[in-house]
Amino acid sequence: MKLIEIKEILEAEVVSGEYDPEIEIEIGCSSDLMSEILAFGKPGSILLTSLMNIQVINTANVADIKAVCFVMGKIPDENIINLAKKNDIIVFITKFTTFESCGRLYKNGLKSCSYLNFEK
Amino acid sequence: MDNNKRTTTKIQELTYELKVKDVMTKDVETVSPKMPVNFLRDVLQNKRISGVPVVNDNEFVGLISIEDFIKCLEQGKMDDLIEDRMTKNIKTLYADEPLVHAVVKFEKFGFGRFPVISRKDKKLVGIITKSDIIKGVLKKLETAYHDEEERRYRASHIFNDIIADEVFLKFQYYVEGKNFDKAGEASTGLKKTLYRLGLSPEIVRRAAISTYEAEINVVAFTDGGIIVAYVEPHQIKIVITDKGPGIPNIENAMKPGFSTAPEWVRELGFGAGMGLPNIKKFADKMTLRSKVGKGTHLEIIVKLSNYRDED
Repeated sequence: MKLIEIKEILEAEVVSGEYDPEIEIEIGCSSDLMSEILAFGKPGSILLTSLMNIQVINTANVADIKAVCFVMGKIPDENIINLAKKNDIIVFITKFTTFESCGRLYKNGLKSCSYLNFEK
Repeated sequence: MDNNKRTTTKIQELTYELKVKDVMTKDVETVSPKMPVNFLRDVLQNKRISGVPVVNDNEFVGLISIEDFIKCLEQGKMDDLIEDRMTKNIKTLYADEPLVHAVVKFEKFGFGRFPVISRKDKKLVGIITKSDIIKGVLKKLETAYHDEEERRYRASHIFNDIIADEVFLKFQYYVEGKNFDKAGEASTGLKKTLYRLGLSPEIVRRAAISTYEAEINVVAFTDGGIIVAYVEPHQIKIVITDKGPGIPNIENAMKPGFSTAPEWVRELGFGAGMGLPNIKKFADKMTLRSKVGKGTHLEIIVKLSNYRDED
């Protein structure tokens, strides 16, 4: 699914400046626990969360997550946006809840990431 | 000024290096000489082009342009055959000519496009416009730039060039305790560094995630610590040390979901008891030693060569 489609489906706004709308995102993940994202998030995916601090961006950065969407109309502060820009992470905001945001994307064909698994 | 000169030279160099066939547009729309001019209406409109090569049995025989078409329209001669209205004896380029020949011909004749034919059988193989040349050169410049970037940072290069019985590249980071605004700076810094060394994204990701979880622990539970990463030809070793308070029961700490994190850490999205299990998941080897009141020593190893299935 292209970033521009995600933006339309979530009626979202991009707050991290210029981005390539053609970037393909195949997988979505969502949690307010960053360790869960680190454990099962996949490279190149989009992260939906209602948690809002710079560790969300750091998490996306180390886990190679391409885009972050803050839900429920929360607006990230400058520090968050600047850190995201510095690391080429695209930041969306949407007015929808986590449940509805994930539901909309899932219904439109965005895949879920794997199950949490501590086995090697 | 100097820089400008160098860029110009590089572009000139590229126009000798690139061949016409490297930048031309293939799959060209063509028409047959026996068709009526009227047929051009759809071709010119649908393809949004200003001229079409005329081809007879694959052989290039002429070019018919939008100007020719308009003339026929004015004269009401839309049923004329294309071969009677096209321009013959068109200047062409060979596919294997260096691009610089095309540049010279564009300057000399001022045409908008040149048909490209193969030297061997004179068949039409493409068409070239000025914008094809610009796009081709820019693309080549971009590729050259990426290659240069990659060559500049290549861990194997460094290891190949250094003569020693054992080589370690050492990177050290200081982690401030209890300061969540700075948490992650060490891990993201290390990640960027490893990436620049040319290590594979998968390896870099695993090293970065394990280091980040360890860094968060240092920030959340201690007054600060040190992260040292040693990059060797076969592995990355990351050592995280702090001076307290230590882990009373390592077995419990390793259980997914077990946590002693204070509320403020949980509010920040961590402290759900997954840090150490996560490190174990992403590391090839993890060694944890801790003494209450003294501090904790965590060693993470990510191997560079051996393939390990993550799931």
